[in-house]
Amino acid sequence: MGAIYRREMNSFFSSSIAYVFLSVFFLFSGYFFLAGTLMSGTTDMSGMFSALFLIVLILIPVLTMKLISEEKKQKTDQGLLTAPVSLWGIVLGKYFAALTLYTIGLCITLVYALILSYFGTVLWGMVISNFLAMFLLGSAFIAVGVFVSSLTENQITAAAASFLVLIVLYLIDQIASLVNVDFIKNILMSLSFYTRYIEFTRGVFNLSSVVFYISTAFVFNFFTVRVFEKKRWS
Amino acid sequence: MIEVKNLTKFYGDKKAVDNISFKVNKGEILGFLGPNGAGKSTTMNMLTGYISSSSGQVLIDGVDILEDPIKAKKNIGYLPEIPPLYVDMTVHEYLNFMYDLKKCKQSRKAHIKDVCSLCRITDVENRIIKNLSKGYRQRVGLAQALIGNPPVLILDEPTVGLDPKQIIEIRTLIKKLGKAHTVILSSHILSEIQAVCDRIIIINKGVLSADGTADSISQSLTNKHRMTARIEGADKNTISDALKTIKGVKYVRADMEREKGIYDYDIESEQGTDIRRDLNSLCTKNGWNILMLQLSELTLEDIFLKITMGEGIVIPKEEQPQPEDNNNGGEK
Repeated sequence: MGAIYRREMNSFFSSSIAYVFLSVFFLFSGYFFLAGTLMSGTTDMSGMFSALFLIVLILIPVLTMKLISEEKKQKTDQGLLTAPVSLWGIVLGKYFAALTLYTIGLCITLVYALILSYFGTVLWGMVISNFLAMFLLGSAFIAVGVFVSSLTENQITAAAASFLVLIVLYLIDQIASLVNVDFIKNILMSLSFYTRYIEFTRGVFNLSSVVFYISTAFVFNFFTVRVFEKKRWS
Repeated sequence: MIEVKNLTKFYGDKKAVDNISFKVNKGEILGFLGPNGAGKSTTMNMLTGYISSSSGQVLIDGVDILEDPIKAKKNIGYLPEIPPLYVDMTVHEYLNFMYDLKKCKQSRKAHIKDVCSLCRITDVENRIIKNLSKGYRQRVGLAQALIGNPPVLILDEPTVGLDPKQIIEIRTLIKKLGKAHTVILSSHILSEIQAVCDRIIIINKGVLSADGTADSISQSLTNKHRMTARIEGADKNTISDALKTIKGVKYVRADMEREKGIYDYDIESEQGTDIRRDLNSLCTKNGWNILMLQLSELTLEDIFLKITMGEGIVIPKEEQPQPEDNNNGGEK
């Protein structure tokens, strides 16, 4: 797992992906920070964090699109699968590499908070809660992206499909509001990534949401392992 | 070292590999021969655990590849048909990655250096793989298989894309490696198999058709005695007819005009007969000259064609060691 993790990290930075991801993320977070926090003269960063939800949703497919699809296309998966590593090792190595890059991007928000702390009182509890929410959201979304990437050989398809899946996950609230059956509505609402995320940005630390994001990440990583497994057996 | 028992693979309804069993001993170089689509690569992919078998068992040094894949894979170096190269890395970075991936214990610098010089890629070590030629890529692929010095090497068409000089180099290298490693090598280049391998397995349409040395396979395939003679002195029909009168001759063919007006005659006679003296006296009697006389064994090429043409034939292995196990490979 360590070798795959290091290779993916190197590959992010030797290709343009890391730079594109980081610069776009910094650009938008900086804009939202300026517009939502600095311009309104507050130390509350929640506005920025809730606006970043959509940006994360667009950027994560870029991060994960080539992780497995490119291996399949270049036939390098054959090298990985015949090396003495477990399937979990392969999948998690890639997953954590993407999560690390995502977290590096995220850390810029802490810098913003530090800047703010020079000018006023920052509620660090809120900042950490927001940061944690973004981290958890990313860890779930990246797992989804890695899974979609394992289904195709084409990076662009992987990116587009992950984006589509994430949009659907984002719109679950809207879909739920269209459903009249209470039972299904409740299920859909409890699957809502957005509602849970917004809860965090308002400072509500809900343990069930933490469990929800982590288990989503686990389930999709598990699916990815199954995709590899299935390929071997069919 | 490698034991394959009743290996079968279905792709959907299509049977790609059908009940193949063989054993490879330590230090043996085994050649896998077969036309395209015969199931060579599929078999190799099953041996290395890349795909699983539909039924049957693969044991690498006594370890089942599906039951304890990590332990079994540690013993294998695999060069697939398309070398699994990360084209955005330099050769050195890539070999370093493979070193980490295989969790090697050797001293890193010295080991990678050794492998590079063995495969003659030291001079491209710092170049990006994307920019390398096919021959170099192939050699980096081979280097990758050698990292960690695994006792079993499985090489799928290792000389594809190399120039003649490189082919000879790689063959020499494989022969050298064969002294300390167990090597399985697939190819459809017959001379290569003949030059490198101690033993040959021919696969046709997923079925193991022959297993043995080139000589033993050719002996079991043919029960005829063949020779080629170049005779001068008369037109080809006269000579052909005369040759057919020699006792024991079953078949004469003259279609190669090697020198002007002089033909080569392929003569097939019954097993155990030696017609050379009769042939000589026939020619002396008629005043013809024998310019050349050559006994021909079946070449590997002949064997290959014979086995793989049409429906294909299967040569039963003579010294078939009856599988001593209780044959429980069916439940996988």
